[in-house]
Amino acid sequence: MRFLFKTDYEDDIKLFPHSGYLVSYGILLALLLIAPYVLSSYLMSQLVFVCIYATVGVALLILTGFTGQASLGHAAFLAIGAYTAAYLQKYNVPFPVYFLAAGLLTGCIGAMVGFPALRLQGIYLVIATISFALIVEEVLARWESVTNGNEGMRVKTLSLLGVAVPRDSPTFYFLCLAVLVLTIVGTLNLLRSPTGRAFVAIRDSETAARSMGVNVALYKVKSFAISAAITGFAGVLFAHKLSFISPEMFTLQLSIEFIIVILIGGSFSLHGAVLGAIFIVMIDPFLTYLKDDMPGIIAGIAAAFGAGAQEAADVQSRVAAFASLNGLKGAIYGIIIVLFVLFEPLGLYGRWLKIKLFFQLFPLYKRATFKRQKIYVKSERNR
Amino acid sequence: MSYFRAENLSLHFGGLKAVDAVSFAVERGEILSIIGPNGAGKSSIFNLISRIYRPTSGRIFFEDQDITEQPPYDIARLGIARTFQNIELFENATVLSNLLVGRHRHSTTQLWQELLFLPSVRANEKVHRRRVEQVIEFLDLEPYRDKLISGLPYGVRKVIELARALCSEPKLILLDEPSSGLNVEETDDMSFWIRDMKNELGVTVLMVEHDMSLVNRVSDRVIALNYGRVLAMGSPAEVQQHPDVVAAYLGA
Repeated sequence: MRFLFKTDYEDDIKLFPHSGYLVSYGILLALLLIAPYVLSSYLMSQLVFVCIYATVGVALLILTGFTGQASLGHAAFLAIGAYTAAYLQKYNVPFPVYFLAAGLLTGCIGAMVGFPALRLQGIYLVIATISFALIVEEVLARWESVTNGNEGMRVKTLSLLGVAVPRDSPTFYFLCLAVLVLTIVGTLNLLRSPTGRAFVAIRDSETAARSMGVNVALYKVKSFAISAAITGFAGVLFAHKLSFISPEMFTLQLSIEFIIVILIGGSFSLHGAVLGAIFIVMIDPFLTYLKDDMPGIIAGIAAAFGAGAQEAADVQSRVAAFASLNGLKGAIYGIIIVLFVLFEPLGLYGRWLKIKLFFQLFPLYKRATFKRQKIYVKSERNR
Repeated sequence: MSYFRAENLSLHFGGLKAVDAVSFAVERGEILSIIGPNGAGKSSIFNLISRIYRPTSGRIFFEDQDITEQPPYDIARLGIARTFQNIELFENATVLSNLLVGRHRHSTTQLWQELLFLPSVRANEKVHRRRVEQVIEFLDLEPYRDKLISGLPYGVRKVIELARALCSEPKLILLDEPSSGLNVEETDDMSFWIRDMKNELGVTVLMVEHDMSLVNRVSDRVIALNYGRVLAMGSPAEVQQHPDVVAAYLGA
């Protein structure tokens, strides 16, 4: 185990606490850079989605993880970014301009959502953001002159400085990766400066934050705006990746998927957003695999236990019917959230930290290390 | 003119007069304690000063400026820091970042500068961290520097609250029952720190306290309250012998 001796204020400020981080993140970056030349096109496509989901995850972490303001409206922010890009593209606006415009517009709308949110807390804020998302969904479906309604909009191939960047090219992947890395670095910068600490202060005690000179209303709006703007940027990439957008892609289920990203990844660290994104992008093909192959496998098992051919076929068709039930995916997502909240509240990244500590301290690891003491003295009076 | 002044301060909840036309003044560099039985309105006065409550009537002045209508975050910016009776720390953050929040009123950097972490932000951060380390040393908090608040014992949290208030380099500090929940040794430490704050850091202290031995040791003047009204004002010994105060505590 490595012991760090801090001799300079820089030691607490710098992004990589010691050279080991530099090495491991360097290796990770190198692997990500050679990925498009090694991995299959299917995996590359999934990796692009991981980048986009992780970007949204980081955005949601800023708002929910660090400022403590829950949001189920991030699909709407993503939609606004995506539609801004698609709309401006029709008028031959160059990519850098509509990319920035999408982020700015989404950021402004995020700030506007932030204002009513100042008076709402917890579950009520969740309801307010859901209603915002529903409003946006409805507007996208009805405002046909701009959004083309339920017919959806076709997004042309991205053109960067005159060069076409198809959605399955390595360049597009690098673009998504760059956006993700810049988002993460910017967020880390924010977290080590007064604004980020003010966010955390608001999350843990608004009263104390206020009495320390934090303008709670201003910082909540800032948090909403930043989070929305990043999601808007991700929306542009999302639109290009799908090459076709329509209102039914940006439903409540997508917002819930973003919540899953941070809940399962671990809502206390940016690592969580990336791990959660990997989880959510990879669970979809896994579920499809189960849906396609499970009936056959179960029928095989039934046959092995002595069921007749007729019975096995019966079992197979019944399992297949169950697997193709409407809303099963949502139910599975719900179960996953419940299980994680109950048994792994620190998420995948928390689990990784526990495993790491186990080997660092072997054989002295205590399970109680990560247990949080319950505190009953905190008063809710002055909220 | 006094350094800090409350004039006819009142706070009514319907018919209940939690604070009823209280006037007092704090001189620069003194330690003024407010005592009184439970429900006398001591903490309410603090909450009025830090604008958690809005006064029903009356005015508050600090350094000859009327601060009655200032928003709560501006109170801190003027140099009035406070601690809470029931501890309001940022539970899921380290001691260090809790204290750095105390530096918030001195932060001058803009959002876009912080996103890029420009050299100016870095330089500011170092200043903040130097001040925080000084407070950590002043209050002997070195062992807890990088610990999460949620795992720390009550006595330590109490000190961290004081530290967070001190990090803002306040001119006036409001201590809401600094010794509640502390054992005898910790209370002793607290009394030394309060003295040192006044003598070494030049902070003016306004304190609500129940522990009379602590009040006697540190206070320059004492105000006794009951039912939202001032019963007596003066040196610790004078106030304790005042017949109304004796009656309030022991019954007539």
